[in-house]
Amino acid sequence: MSASPQRKKIVLALAPVVAVIIVAYLFYFFNSEVKTGAVLNGTFRDSTPLVLAALCGLLGERTGIVNIGIEGQLLMSAFTGFYVAAATGSIWTGVLAGALSGALLGVFLALCAVTWKIDQIIAGTVINIFVAGLTSFLYAQGKTLTGSLPQIEIPLLRDIPLIGRAVFENTPIAYLAIILVVVLHVGLFHTRWGLRSRAVGEHPNAADSLGINVGLKRYVNTALAGGLAGLGGAFLSLEAVGTFERGMSAQRGFTALAIMIFGRWKPFLAWAGALFFAFTSALARQLQFDQVIDVPPQFINILPYVLVIVVLALFAGRVRPPAAAGKPFVRE
Amino acid sequence: MVEDAPVALEARHLTKRFGHLYANHDVSIQVRRGEILGLLGENGAGKSTLVKMLFGLYQPDEGEILINDEIVHLRDSGDAIRRGVGMVHQHFQLVPVFTVAENIMLGDESTRAGLLDEGAAALRIRELATRFGLQVDPSALVEDLPVGTQQRVEILKTLYRRADILILDEPTAVLTPTETDELLKVLRELAEQGAAIVFITHKLREAIAACDTITVLRAGQVVGTTTPQETDRAGLANMMVGRSVVLQVDKGEAHPADVVLDVAGLEVDDDRGHRAVAGLDLDVRAGEIVGVAGVEGNGQRELVEAIAGMRKTHGGSIRFKGQRLDGQRAHAVNRMGVSHIPEDREKHGFIGMYSVASNFVLERFDEPPYARGVVRDFGAVEAHAAEMVERFDVRPRNIDRPMESLSGGNKQKVIVARELTQDAELVIAAQPTRGVDVGSIEFIHRQLVEQRDRGVAVLLVSAELDEILALSDRVAVIYEGRIQAVMPVAEATRERIGLLMAGDQA
Amino acid sequence: MRLNQRAENVVLPIGAVVLALLIGAVMIRLNGSNPLTAYTALLDGALGSKDDLATTLSRATPLIFTGLAVIVALKAGLFNIGAQGQLLLGATFAAWIGYDLTSLPSALHVPFAVLVGGVLGLLPAALAGFLKAYRGAHEVITTIMLNAILVNITEYLVGARGPFHDPDAGAQSRTPLIQPSAEIPDVFGLPMGFFVGVVVAVIIGFLVSRTTVGFRITTVGHNKPAAEYAGISAKRITVLAMALSGFLAGVGGAIETQGGLENRYVAGFNAGLGFDGITVALLARVQPLLAVPAALLLGIMRAGQSTMSFRADVPQEIIDVILAIILLLVCAPIVVRWIMRVRGPKDAVEQIQITSGWGGT
Repeated sequence: MSASPQRKKIVLALAPVVAVIIVAYLFYFFNSEVKTGAVLNGTFRDSTPLVLAALCGLLGERTGIVNIGIEGQLLMSAFTGFYVAAATGSIWTGVLAGALSGALLGVFLALCAVTWKIDQIIAGTVINIFVAGLTSFLYAQGKTLTGSLPQIEIPLLRDIPLIGRAVFENTPIAYLAIILVVVLHVGLFHTRWGLRSRAVGEHPNAADSLGINVGLKRYVNTALAGGLAGLGGAFLSLEAVGTFERGMSAQRGFTALAIMIFGRWKPFLAWAGALFFAFTSALARQLQFDQVIDVPPQFINILPYVLVIVVLALFAGRVRPPAAAGKPFVRE
Repeated sequence: MVEDAPVALEARHLTKRFGHLYANHDVSIQVRRGEILGLLGENGAGKSTLVKMLFGLYQPDEGEILINDEIVHLRDSGDAIRRGVGMVHQHFQLVPVFTVAENIMLGDESTRAGLLDEGAAALRIRELATRFGLQVDPSALVEDLPVGTQQRVEILKTLYRRADILILDEPTAVLTPTETDELLKVLRELAEQGAAIVFITHKLREAIAACDTITVLRAGQVVGTTTPQETDRAGLANMMVGRSVVLQVDKGEAHPADVVLDVAGLEVDDDRGHRAVAGLDLDVRAGEIVGVAGVEGNGQRELVEAIAGMRKTHGGSIRFKGQRLDGQRAHAVNRMGVSHIPEDREKHGFIGMYSVASNFVLERFDEPPYARGVVRDFGAVEAHAAEMVERFDVRPRNIDRPMESLSGGNKQKVIVARELTQDAELVIAAQPTRGVDVGSIEFIHRQLVEQRDRGVAVLLVSAELDEILALSDRVAVIYEGRIQAVMPVAEATRERIGLLMAGDQA
Repeated sequence: MRLNQRAENVVLPIGAVVLALLIGAVMIRLNGSNPLTAYTALLDGALGSKDDLATTLSRATPLIFTGLAVIVALKAGLFNIGAQGQLLLGATFAAWIGYDLTSLPSALHVPFAVLVGGVLGLLPAALAGFLKAYRGAHEVITTIMLNAILVNITEYLVGARGPFHDPDAGAQSRTPLIQPSAEIPDVFGLPMGFFVGVVVAVIIGFLVSRTTVGFRITTVGHNKPAAEYAGISAKRITVLAMALSGFLAGVGGAIETQGGLENRYVAGFNAGLGFDGITVALLARVQPLLAVPAALLLGIMRAGQSTMSFRADVPQEIIDVILAIILLLVCAPIVVRWIMRVRGPKDAVEQIQITSGWGGT
């Protein structure tokens, strides 16, 4: 199906990743290995929740459901994951609980969108507001976790200079995220499930006329997508930070939407986008830390948000979302 | 011929209600193997609803459906497909961004080791294509294909699933006369191989040419069943509408005066950036109706939108009474004296959630007397609307109702009323009677002729050749973005027009 | 029982609130407290004394403005979810004009500061509108990002290293007190800002339903191609509606600074107001005039929540949960109708639908 305009687009989208790699090596050249390592570690770590959230968004939208509530799903699963892990003493149970809570919110979103036919943007906003309130309400200060998820090292590969330790000495969910990128790509573009899901998101009437149950597909896929976001949230509280803080999702759910758009609703490109975003904030943090640039911390904080706006301003108008995303399905 | 063949599909006393409205009431039809049944009826007669029930998309409130003499309950289209029913929809149900193969195998995919096997599907598609003369390229993207080819894909979808009962919903709306002939040949071939075919149309000519049996629907009920041998177009029209109306418009001689609209070398692109209008010349004089005939997709839409100021031009010129129109926006063009009855009324014609009254002043809402400065004068708006609904017989008379609650015909009457009372000197009417009931069609036609008689220049664009031939003083044929020929209507025979529509020089 | 559209606009929100309070009561009970004590404390805290009433009205005032801001944008089919940030920016700059300009008579100082606040709220919103109209960037994402950016920027502006910092404040992030000439006085002990809000709500209501500008905005919100056909530039109206929306939010911020209890801008004082604005807008069924009672309701809940928390031993955040449930029910008329066994008007405008998608307008 590829023609050369397609190739050109892919090259264009991969350019930032290449730029990142070049900048990273330049940085290494001028700086100590420790600092570069820190930046790269930060990149891969920060990219995990972003890529999971972006995959959540794109799976839902490919099936026709716009999910503004990813932020809420991240926060809810961070919360649930942490408190279940603290209560049961088992981190893995926490991860599972987190994924499940994300999936449940996904089902709720589908209920709003498919059955009640509420405007999907409003439904997602309701989820965000509800989760923010609920997590604040149930928040119990001072709880901590004993232990955390083990790091897994991959021998040989981890000895690749520079990126070896950053990529191949990581926590399970981080690896899982990469595996899921591949799984989702193959699933969406090379399986029956994927073809039908995409049909439901592009032209639900056509799918319906061929006997595909549009509503059920949307429910199931939104739930699965929610599970992906749930993993991202669990990662936040269980692997990255080790505790739960109110509002710890920090607009990642919205950044993930920008990544999804930038990545043209394709898993591999979304991954590239997540890496790019994570890299820029990790780099900025490092530069701030080294006091290479001396600006008030707020100006460093806003960099990822500014980047999202710039990315949208450049790309949003040029991409084609799934044609039926956001519209309730009514049989004609 | 087929009298002894088994009955493949039968509907017994089917009834379907939507709220208080009966879409179908006590409808019974039957199709035998090898037979082509025509379902004839005007817009809104209930044909679509009926076949949607036969295809499992709707559930009947009363009555039964039998396939091969077995009563079936079709809960969804999957059930119907499994029983061998295939439907070719009027509005194609094709996913634009998928390939032909993906569209055809959707729902019935070939797999190998759990993954999609597009190669196997492509093979089977090519076999079917050759067997029935429906050439397609399985790896082409559907959105790149011309309309005629897209229809072939729709048909192949049904054959791929081994359908032997085929329902086609207004299949010839988007075909040239030549393509129509080809389609009818394919259908006849399929019938001879044992398929049972249901052919929906509102075109009397086709019904007689294509079908073995014709069942006529009116207002949701079966009026009668007949054969081409037993009846003629007039007879069918009588059954369809309850009186003898064949498309005839009373009009006197035209007295055209000066050229009002002058299009020269016009170049316009479509939404995808392809050149849709490629060096088009056309003129329209005051006091005449120029009808542009052509199969949809040959640039008519882009031509009309360019003249009306809704689309950018890329070359050539459009002159209205000597002034340049191209480059002006819709509102400015309207103010200059050009009125436009849009092809897509749902999109460009009105605001569904606003009242009928508001819709009457859509282009003039900020001008006196409907507004004084910034503040709107609702009294004036309502008074105007009340007068309009009387004059143009819009039903119901209630001007406070939201526009979307009106029937298609009445919506169109509102739009026509609005556009034809602006003292325009040029009226562009694009598909003015599409989706409109016969009574309203007659009314609208009379209005257009009246405009002409008052010295207005009328540009009529229509996919209905009958309408063009009945209304026009001169007929132009558009093909691939150019006018192939212009002639007085007296010289415009169906055969000649048909050839021109297909690109032949005649 | 069948209701017409007007009746629905009143009955459904009330039904939603009652249902949400009932669900909240269950949650309070599960938390181990007495719902009746809690709700009584809530009302007492909000309306018990004249001072309490003044505080409630004071809380409600910025909600009227952010509610109107969201309503105006929704009328054009846009979701200005970042009204909070616009409010903060307006509040900050109004404070600056308030404290930095001396020897200006009150009659000039007050409106000027408010105007500056409005303009500063307008700028980011108009940017988002421009990006939506001309670059296809969806306003939900851009206004949320701008929100985060503005929270940071305002924090910096009034922080220890910022230009608007109060030298006497030490490490605390706030501006100096504004000049008395910039203060918005009370009227009979009640904040004048509230009454200004009521007047503004009436003006916006008139604007939307009875003027040509309002017609342009709502037409673009309903059907962009038809709007173009009617001579309305959807792009320009998009920017205009967002600008007006941001202006209202900025004015709300200014009034909060100038008429509130603090008489200065303190970082972090307005957390969460932005989303409350959305709740107000939807509770008001996107009708400007109904923004006042909706804002009052939220004002009561916000003003009384600490009293409730104290007396009934319930975490304050239960109010956040109740508000979220109200929001959900207001957006799902079907659910409320079903529970209340009423049927909607025959030509019901069923849901609020925001028409735009991601790629392009």
